[in-house]
Amino acid sequence: MMSKHILARLRPLTRPACRSSQPANYTTHEFHHKLQSRRYSDSPLPSPAAPAPTPPPSAKIYSKSSLNEAELKKFAAISETWWDAEGPFKPLHVMNPTRLAFIRSMLCRHFGKDPSCSRPFEGLKFVDVGCGGGILSEPLARMGAHVTGVDAVEKNIKIAQLHAKNWWKSRGNLMLYLHLRCTPDCLHAIQVIEHVADPADFCKSLSALTESGGATLISTINRSMRAYATAIVVAEYVLRWLPAGTHDWSSFLTPEELVLILQRASISVQEMAGFVYNPLTGRWSLSDDIGVNFIAYGTKNHE
Amino acid sequence: MIRTSTRQVVFHRHAWKSAKRTLCSGAEAKSPGASIEQGTADKQRSESNLPVHDVAIVGGGMVGMALACSLAKMPLTNHLNVAIIDSNPALQSGQSIKKEDPPDPRVSTVTPATKALFKDVGAWKYVEENRHAYFDKMQVWDYTGLGYTRYHAKDVNKEVLGCVVENKVLHKSLLSCLQDSGSQHKLYPLRLSSMNLEPASASSSRGSLAKLELSDGNSLYAKLVVGADGSKSRVKELAGISSTGWKYSQNAIICTVEHMEENRCAWQRFLPNGPKFALLPVGDKFSNIVWTMDPEESLNRKSMSDVDFVREVNRALDNGYGPRPKSQSFGGASVFSWLTTKTAVSANDCFEIPPKITKLASERMVFPLSLKHANSYATKRVVLIGDAAHTVHPLAGQGVNMGFGDAFSLSNVLAEGIAVGSDIGEVSLLRRYELDRKPVNLTMMAILDGFQKAYSADFGPFNVLRAAAFQGAQHLSPLKRNIISYASGEHRFPLFS
Repeated sequence: MMSKHILARLRPLTRPACRSSQPANYTTHEFHHKLQSRRYSDSPLPSPAAPAPTPPPSAKIYSKSSLNEAELKKFAAISETWWDAEGPFKPLHVMNPTRLAFIRSMLCRHFGKDPSCSRPFEGLKFVDVGCGGGILSEPLARMGAHVTGVDAVEKNIKIAQLHAKNWWKSRGNLMLYLHLRCTPDCLHAIQVIEHVADPADFCKSLSALTESGGATLISTINRSMRAYATAIVVAEYVLRWLPAGTHDWSSFLTPEELVLILQRASISVQEMAGFVYNPLTGRWSLSDDIGVNFIAYGTKNHE
Repeated sequence: MIRTSTRQVVFHRHAWKSAKRTLCSGAEAKSPGASIEQGTADKQRSESNLPVHDVAIVGGGMVGMALACSLAKMPLTNHLNVAIIDSNPALQSGQSIKKEDPPDPRVSTVTPATKALFKDVGAWKYVEENRHAYFDKMQVWDYTGLGYTRYHAKDVNKEVLGCVVENKVLHKSLLSCLQDSGSQHKLYPLRLSSMNLEPASASSSRGSLAKLELSDGNSLYAKLVVGADGSKSRVKELAGISSTGWKYSQNAIICTVEHMEENRCAWQRFLPNGPKFALLPVGDKFSNIVWTMDPEESLNRKSMSDVDFVREVNRALDNGYGPRPKSQSFGGASVFSWLTTKTAVSANDCFEIPPKITKLASERMVFPLSLKHANSYATKRVVLIGDAAHTVHPLAGQGVNMGFGDAFSLSNVLAEGIAVGSDIGEVSLLRRYELDRKPVNLTMMAILDGFQKAYSADFGPFNVLRAAAFQGAQHLSPLKRNIISYASGEHRFPLFS
């Protein structure tokens, strides 16, 4: 009920936008066309990727936006290094397989797919919110899903397009996506919520996009003393894995807070797991310890 | 099927679009821009007609085929499109093994661990259809006659210590297993001439794949290139991976011989100043000899007559160079009994006299020996397995077993990578394979090299030390069990597992 209310409120805001800018209709059509032809590495794109659509000029009239300009500037500055496995995004690359293992097992169970199949997500539509350079989107596409990446920093989308060449990424915030009318089966918001202006509102926007029974995966860092010591002091200043100032401790969420916010957005968290790093082997693994990095899998409540 | 038809459809669309572009530019006045576009379109069209494989295995020998089999059998990897590049005619199907032929001199000792891996992929049943010889005993001694060690499979509660199989049987079994799996694979009966790992220009649709050029001028693309092409690996050379190692100043003569009685024991005798003589059963009344010696002696022994050679063989095995060790059978009052909790079955075994060789049954082949180890097993889009990654002395029959271990480990790592949607050519994924296999391989190589050096010197105190080592291994049952388990492949590292 609540999601429909939000949609009803927001639709009049989006409609003038899509009528005024001509490319939007073409974009919608292109988008659907790309959805059908998007299979990773099976076929080259028949034509060069169309340019990213410009955001509707009325984006600024939205009273609430999850975008935080300062955060966007931070990421825009290091966009070129997304796919450099030794660069500032190295921790993301190293952690990626572990995160994907959790996502894979949760979603195989959720959608009733065979986990020993090499492309279990065939026929499913995923949206990766805050996709950055596509580090999560590409493996998900390789697993068979039709992935749409959304990111507010245009350079990131360009980097992702260059690297992947095989699927479409749209720019803009979530509101733009609304009028495309493509309900994803699963939403991913990995390491995003700690960079948004208003987490509660962000969760409500996520919830508005999914149908009841749809899956949502959110991962972030816990607002704990251990997290301050490891994710900020050690990672940014001692080991210099991340540029200093990447994370702001006060914008981290505790697991309880995240569960509450999601509940208010009609998403119930089903499973939660933590990631721990073993400095001796240099590997991340899944664990019950949600003290620092954690990931939550939730489903939209049935109405 | 569906996949190929989709690709064809896309090819046609792509070709049409390229054609459209050239038509459009041709209609304008001739300008350099138009011709460049036409050239790019042509190049794109021809490049996109090249086959794209997921994995290209360069070298279709035993280890390369083991990898192909393993990928074909696992559910996560059996959809991969595999190319096998090898000009060896044995890979063309239709060449069956004639059972009445005498055993080929090229044989390998398959450890129980390798046999288990073969069983997992379903290739062992093909091996059992052909000649193979299990052995459950092993006797090791040297020319000084000061000590000997006997190993028995019952020491570790097993039935066999290993199985000796001809290389061609192993190879054919893996090939049959692959053909039966029904997976997508294509054999290119050619050699690899060059490889391009640099990503092409952004306009090419085959951006970051590896491009392999074959000896007939054709090319193909692959996401991952596996170098399984032996110690003189071309893939290793082209990928710019350096190796460390040295030549042993020894050659090995191998041949098949016949003897009077059945043989179910592996015999190894260390001779003065370095040579080692090994006799392995291969089935019926045949055995295989691996005799390592100085290069001049090897040329000498290769060219002498069969009768002379058989006489030399018997001298090396039994009645030459030194006395037979005295049987050490202490019975109940064993000197070491207070140390050991449970004495191994073979601790009380007497020294057994090796069989007398009657006849030479095959040609004599000579190979130079060396130790070589690649400094890294993987770079972007390239990985090395088997002898391409490591070459060892044959004294413990471990070389190809290490290679099989590599192949099965790599296929597991690739399956794990595919499970989380990784690009199979990513260095971070291939490094996991390297981290798994490198320590194990290096340890084994160090031990083998240590043995090789320890038995190369004929020097009084060394001889006594070696004799003591023999005695220790014979009577200290926990040590003996450890040695057997390690050599059988059950433990990855000696002493610590």
